Amino acid sequence: MANTAIKVNDLVVKRGRRRVLHNFTCSIPAGSVTGLLGPSGSGKTTLMRAIVGVQIVESGEIQVLGRPAGHKDLRSQIGYLTQAPSVYADLTVRENARYFAALYGLGAKVADAAVRDVGLSDAAGQLVANLSGGQRSRASLACAIVSQPRVLVLDEPTVGQDPVLRDELWKRFRDFADQGTTILVSSHVMDEANRCDRLLLIREGRLIADDPPAAVKASAGTDDLDQAFLNLILAGQEAAS
Amino acid sequence: MTLVHTTGRILRQLRHDRRTVALLILVPSLLLTLLYYMFSGPVFDRVALIMLGIFPFLIMFLITSIAMLRERTTGTLERLLTTPLRKTDLLFGYGIAFGVAAAVQAAIVSGVAYWLLGLDTRGSAGFVILIAAANAVLGVALGLLASAFARTEFQAVQFMPVVALPQILLCGLFVAREDMAGWLQAISDVLPLTYSVEALQEVGAHADPTGTMWRDLAIVGGAVILALIAAAGTLRRRTP
Ligand SMILES: Nc1ncnc2c1ncn2[C@@H]1O[C@H](COP(=O)(O)OP(=O)(O)OP(=O)(O)O)[C@@H](O)[C@H]1O
Ligand SMILES: [Mg+2]
Repeated sequence: MANTAIKVNDLVVKRGRRRVLHNFTCSIPAGSVTGLLGPSGSGKTTLMRAIVGVQIVESGEIQVLGRPAGHKDLRSQIGYLTQAPSVYADLTVRENARYFAALYGLGAKVADAAVRDVGLSDAAGQLVANLSGGQRSRASLACAIVSQPRVLVLDEPTVGQDPVLRDELWKRFRDFADQGTTILVSSHVMDEANRCDRLLLIREGRLIADDPPAAVKASAGTDDLDQAFLNLILAGQEAAS
Repeated sequence: MTLVHTTGRILRQLRHDRRTVALLILVPSLLLTLLYYMFSGPVFDRVALIMLGIFPFLIMFLITSIAMLRERTTGTLERLLTTPLRKTDLLFGYGIAFGVAAAVQAAIVSGVAYWLLGLDTRGSAGFVILIAAANAVLGVALGLLASAFARTEFQAVQFMPVVALPQILLCGLFVAREDMAGWLQAISDVLPLTYSVEALQEVGAHADPTGTMWRDLAIVGGAVILALIAAAGTLRRRTP
């Protein structure tokens, strides 16, 4: 692999009493869109939290842009979208974006551009508390992309969006990747998975596939990604039982 | 710079919450009016003066612990900690923003006390407002610290009686400190609110600021710094 942006080696994470990630190893090429797929509760959010450096890990190592995850220097280079929208409900969309921009030393123009990028210009002056569910997650997304980071970790960024918006957002992600941003994005929507350069398939905290979408389909013996996902997950379950 | 922006963001949140702003100003004024009809003359002067210091402490303690808990439960804190924002900038941002809000509150409530309710102190109202604002910042600092130990709103509000009530009971408002049992006095000696109440009493009794008043203010300031540093220590970037 020419250029690796994120390298996870032998990562073990416990949450509560349970082991959530078991000796997880993967690497994510720079400037690509990598999809993170897996059943609910399989450990996608946990892996993302570990990569952005907010998850206590048991053992193993994670390198992001050549530095250990959570390193101080990485904070200005990573954008993280949490699964549940994390914006201030008692501020307007614009105020939220401007605050997060300011934390990176960026001005109002950049913030307003991010609000436009997620299609919220018309609601920019609205309090987040008064937004619809889909609008609220886009407000949260605006705050994650506002700093134009080199690494974007997006936890289910398109949940609750209509097909037109989803398409626009994915075009936006592709633009970012073309400009060199490394994107890790989790999703449950297979038609989105098809738009990724690579897919990481995770089941019960273990990596079961790390391939381009076409190769995932081929190895599952089908050209429907939904079916491929089912086949691989079920095959894993049979092997385990 | 992120300190300035964080302070601004917290004040902006407060500004959007008009009802809270109204409550911040009306509630202490109404309670003082109640005291005015309960007590008269010198007793009112004594009690009202101390209440001018206790209201901002109590209210800011509650508001801050809820605000910080909200940052935790809505995930904004987790996100903030992935940005270049320093932990101390966040905590001091709360201290400054709510300190400013409390200074405005104290100025208005003191205005009501002096002009409408005829409060009489030897020292100047300016010092009363200064001490009230210092008290508010003390409430903020302790609220930030307490919120680290709360997982839910229910737990957070319970810290009010745990942290604030003993300080109010032992600060010399209900029983003069000289008349307390030795061990109660010893506890009272280590509670910061004791010193801000003493500072207010100094303003009540002397025309000019006394050395004791300045010393007391310095002690409150020291307690604020200690609490903020402890709060920064409880703020973890990595969580389970
Ligand atoms: N705070 C926590 N304490 C204890 N266990 C947790 C905690 N958060 C998550 N878990 C557990 O860790 C496992 C992995 O959770 P995670 O959130 O990573 O799943 P996910 O793949 O993101 O699922 P989804 O698709 O539903 O978002 C789950 O079994 C979950 O119950
Ligand atoms: Mg998840």
